[in-house]
Amino acid sequence: MYDVIIAGGGPAGLTAGIYAARANMKTLLVRSAFKTSLITTTDLIENYPGFPEGIGGFELVERFTQQARRFGLEIVDDDISSVEKTLVQGLDGWQVNTPSAQYQALSVIISTGTEYAHLDVPGEVEFTGRGVSYCATCDGPFYRDGKVAVVGGGDTAVQEALYLTRFASSVTIVHRRDRLRATGVLQDKAFSNERISFAWNSVVEEIVGDSAVKALRLRDLNDPGKETTLNVDGVFILTGTIPNTSEFRGIVAMDTGGYIIVDPHMKTSAPGLFACGDCIAKLLRQVVTACGDGATASFAAYEYVSGLKGTSYAGLPKAEHEKRGEDHD
Amino acid sequence: MTEEKFVDNPDHTIALTDQDMNEAVAKYPFIVVDCWAEWCGPCKMLGPILENLAKKHAGEIVFAKLDVDKNPETARKYGIRSIPNLMVFKDGQKVGDIVGAMPEAKLMERILALKG
Repeated sequence: MYDVIIAGGGPAGLTAGIYAARANMKTLLVRSAFKTSLITTTDLIENYPGFPEGIGGFELVERFTQQARRFGLEIVDDDISSVEKTLVQGLDGWQVNTPSAQYQALSVIISTGTEYAHLDVPGEVEFTGRGVSYCATCDGPFYRDGKVAVVGGGDTAVQEALYLTRFASSVTIVHRRDRLRATGVLQDKAFSNERISFAWNSVVEEIVGDSAVKALRLRDLNDPGKETTLNVDGVFILTGTIPNTSEFRGIVAMDTGGYIIVDPHMKTSAPGLFACGDCIAKLLRQVVTACGDGATASFAAYEYVSGLKGTSYAGLPKAEHEKRGEDHD
Repeated sequence: MTEEKFVDNPDHTIALTDQDMNEAVAKYPFIVVDCWAEWCGPCKMLGPILENLAKKHAGEIVFAKLDVDKNPETARKYGIRSIPNLMVFKDGQKVGDIVGAMPEAKLMERILALKG
């Protein structure tokens, strides 16, 4: 029986793990054996404080993991299939199920992150690695003097489109609206870059090719009967991310996008379930905010578990305890 | 020099080039070739995983690495457009690609499915 189970091995989960292990909570971190934290695919992180030269996403997560292990965090590679209420030694707790095991805990911290959204159009799966890509920094150099399309209109899409102009002779941004969502600076750069053109109000209907991608079939949303063909050597799908929260649907409250709704203490709608990192509904999804959420969730879980066990710090009434605002380090 | 280049049962990943790629594929009955490049973040994630697998499966599966930046011929020949891309060869024939970084368990599942 664990005090807390942490679901997810990205920056939020590992930070929660560091705090929980240091608080002497019996903690298990369940890390997917099939998915990696999105940040591990990021080439260079330049806005995480403490690394003035920047640091690779993979290396940063490795460092988090080492730090958590140093404090004795137990980590298993397994995929959570469901979570259900259960009694743990007479106390309200949760059972976390995976295909091969069941784990029980008094609290669970959900930090399962997000994954890249797919278009779910014909050709997407078939041509993955053959012209369909989700990572411009990985695959851009394969398109020297080629023609590529970028699907999406947010910061990531426009930033990557700009990056791709270093290699490709033409980059077409395919976007379902008539304007970009990306921040102003990026828009200015994109509009003034002569290698970038736009297919507005357009969605990809199909990715076509033979041994590799040859073209996109686009549909005009303003004129649904109108279809055009855009000849490209590659397409980068950068329409955004979706939360990895389907296993928790019906158990905790979520917004319409499937992001978990939490209070400022990272509590979900279900007692004993906390959530943090990219999978929660919030303004800014960054490593630094994920870490902050993770620490908060861990401390909130600690207080919750202490309360359940009747070992709450000094036995102070909750309201008074919260008012004191002391440094808990 | 090439006679001694490839040992029978390597317990670490071997580095391939455009020049000796065919020789390695002909020599080893089951070989996984990791196409990578310095500029690829996810490739760095796979590096230690493959090193570990090479040790674990020595004598059974050979793991090799090919820097696509320095060896463009092989990348062109096989139409590599995304990395990391693991090309899997069985008895000298290419039997599949595994595209993208993934944890060790999933990677082995994919490799074993191709090994048959």
